Amino acid sequence: MREITYADAIREGFSIALERDPRVMLVGLGVPDPKGFFGTTLDLQQRFGADRVLDMPCSENAMSGVVLGAALNGLRPVLNHQRLDFALLAMDPICTQAAKWHYMFGGAKKLPFVVRMIIGRGWGQGPQHSQSLYSWFAHIPGLKVVMPATPYDAKGLLIAAIEDDNPVVFLEHRWLHQVKGEVPTGHYTVPIGPARLAIPGRDVTVVAFSYMVLEAMEAARKLNALGIQAEVIDARSLRPLDRDLIIASVSRTGRLVVADAAWSQAGMSAEVLAVATEGAYGAFKAPPRRVCFPDCPTPTSPALAAEFYPRSGHIVAAVRATLGFPADPNDLLVPAGVELDKPDPAFTGPF
Amino acid sequence: MSASPHIPGPESDPLGLRLLKGMVRIRLIEEAIARQYGAQRMRCPVHLSIGQEAAAVGACAALRSDDQVMSGHRSHAHYLAKGGDLTAMIAELHGKATGCSRGRGGSMHLVDLAAGFVGAVPIVGSTIPIAVGLAFADRLLKRDRVTVAFFGEGATEEGVFHESANFAALHRLPVVFACENNLYSVYSPMRVRQPANREVFQVAAAHGVAAHQGDGNDVLAVYALMQAAVAHARNGQGPFFLELQTYRWREHCGPGFDNQLGYRPEAEFRAWQARDPIACLEKHLQQTGMLDPEPYVRYQCQVADEIAAAFATAQAAPAPTGLMDYVYA
Repeated sequence: MREITYADAIREGFSIALERDPRVMLVGLGVPDPKGFFGTTLDLQQRFGADRVLDMPCSENAMSGVVLGAALNGLRPVLNHQRLDFALLAMDPICTQAAKWHYMFGGAKKLPFVVRMIIGRGWGQGPQHSQSLYSWFAHIPGLKVVMPATPYDAKGLLIAAIEDDNPVVFLEHRWLHQVKGEVPTGHYTVPIGPARLAIPGRDVTVVAFSYMVLEAMEAARKLNALGIQAEVIDARSLRPLDRDLIIASVSRTGRLVVADAAWSQAGMSAEVLAVATEGAYGAFKAPPRRVCFPDCPTPTSPALAAEFYPRSGHIVAAVRATLGFPADPNDLLVPAGVELDKPDPAFTGPF
Repeated sequence: MSASPHIPGPESDPLGLRLLKGMVRIRLIEEAIARQYGAQRMRCPVHLSIGQEAAAVGACAALRSDDQVMSGHRSHAHYLAKGGDLTAMIAELHGKATGCSRGRGGSMHLVDLAAGFVGAVPIVGSTIPIAVGLAFADRLLKRDRVTVAFFGEGATEEGVFHESANFAALHRLPVVFACENNLYSVYSPMRVRQPANREVFQVAAAHGVAAHQGDGNDVLAVYALMQAAVAHARNGQGPFFLELQTYRWREHCGPGFDNQLGYRPEAEFRAWQARDPIACLEKHLQQTGMLDPEPYVRYQCQVADEIAAAFATAQAAPAPTGLMDYVYA
């Protein structure tokens, strides 16, 4: 099958959704800009018109209410934020309005719209362009929250989100945009809810979110070389969360590591531990472990960022601990040639 | 445009009489809510519009039945003036399954889509961008509807109001911002919230929104202003902001009066009561020979019967079941 980048998969998903349904529209600061929102919206305004693919004022709060109202009156809008941090200006329309409307009006009206948020990392984006606060949205009944890790899921979940009759928060890690993967042409959806079994294994369950799925895959390869079979679960749907797959896996492996590039307290990693503890308590052979951000804001300097971002070695180290193996300090060394504030060596900044 | 279906009486009746009946119906309904509130069967906050009926009735009378309205915490009058179902509203206040929001919303979350009342929420200003979004969709889908967002002057202090006004002006959207300036946000007077010598409607004008100020207690004046505003919006000339000056008689939230708290001068309250939109219009219609007392009293008796029936129906209605229903579509 052909391989395309995650960014192209998003763009293709938008293109198909816009073609299939005249009610679909995109709005966001920079959606029609020359760089096309990291390439994800390139040429869409030219193809579908400025009525359906439009820029907006610096008004995240009002525009979130506007897309809610537009959805009530028959459109299926997608509101795009270049960073999650900007969407936080709109917590009222997302959490207090959109998430509640279907319930508190007794099902009077559907709210089919998507809020798309991109999570930054590296090149000094620092405390206010790198926050991974998706657990805030995953906390709230009435919202659906998805965070695809692969190009295939990016396209399929985006189309599913647009076709869903509920408000959906759709999250992309900025470092996934240039990752390539197999993506079918044409229309398809990935259902919102099920997690993806990325790699089956019998020794330990690694539940990973978004970009950390890639690090978990790398960790699984390293562990395989040590004779350890890690099962990697891509928790691509945060709400609903696929409790059954997590519980079934931990019931088999008896060991759990959660990899989440976010803060641990009250985060998704805490939720996964809670789910596994409630559902597979008797199966645990060792305490579960979490690989998360250190408990401080994201630093800007590359010197500090190297310490901040967890990577495959941290997952390997956590797996060793759950197996009772001695720690290997080499796990946490930054491999030669890897710069943790750059997605790839060719990157010269800025984002 | 002829007077809307939202006001009582045949079209052959004088407009003033129909507007008066619309106001008195809402007054009687809210006075009944106030009387019965102490029985603790309506276990939700209520924000009564008593004293402010002219803004709701005058504005909604200028709308077509397919035009849309949204409101905030003090929404009973807007819901009723737009034609919202009384029985469903009273049932909603009683938390019953037959309520307009199936008992999930209460007084602060009224909805009647058939009447074009799209919803009300108590977070100040939150329905303003949603109303703009309704208008945005109507424009894109080439409908010639107008959307009205009712809110108080406090909402103009919210950032989202300014963002919404800017966007509506930018896209010339068919939305009318109907701002009832009742001078207080709960207990906080204008002087602690907005600079002196700056009128609320002028703030909207600075966003490029056509803006006017009017007597919100004069229902005929409100109707005339609103007709102009609606025509402006419907003709593609963009949004319109109406500041309607009025006054809340009762406490911010609850059935009683609260002047004893001392947050507003008694003289101010009495001056506004002297401008009661209903009494003033009754007097005007009597003086011009357009108010026949006997049918007017008969109408009020009919409304009283309608209210009694709505309360009886609500109290007999089943309680909602299905806690987890409607979380998702």
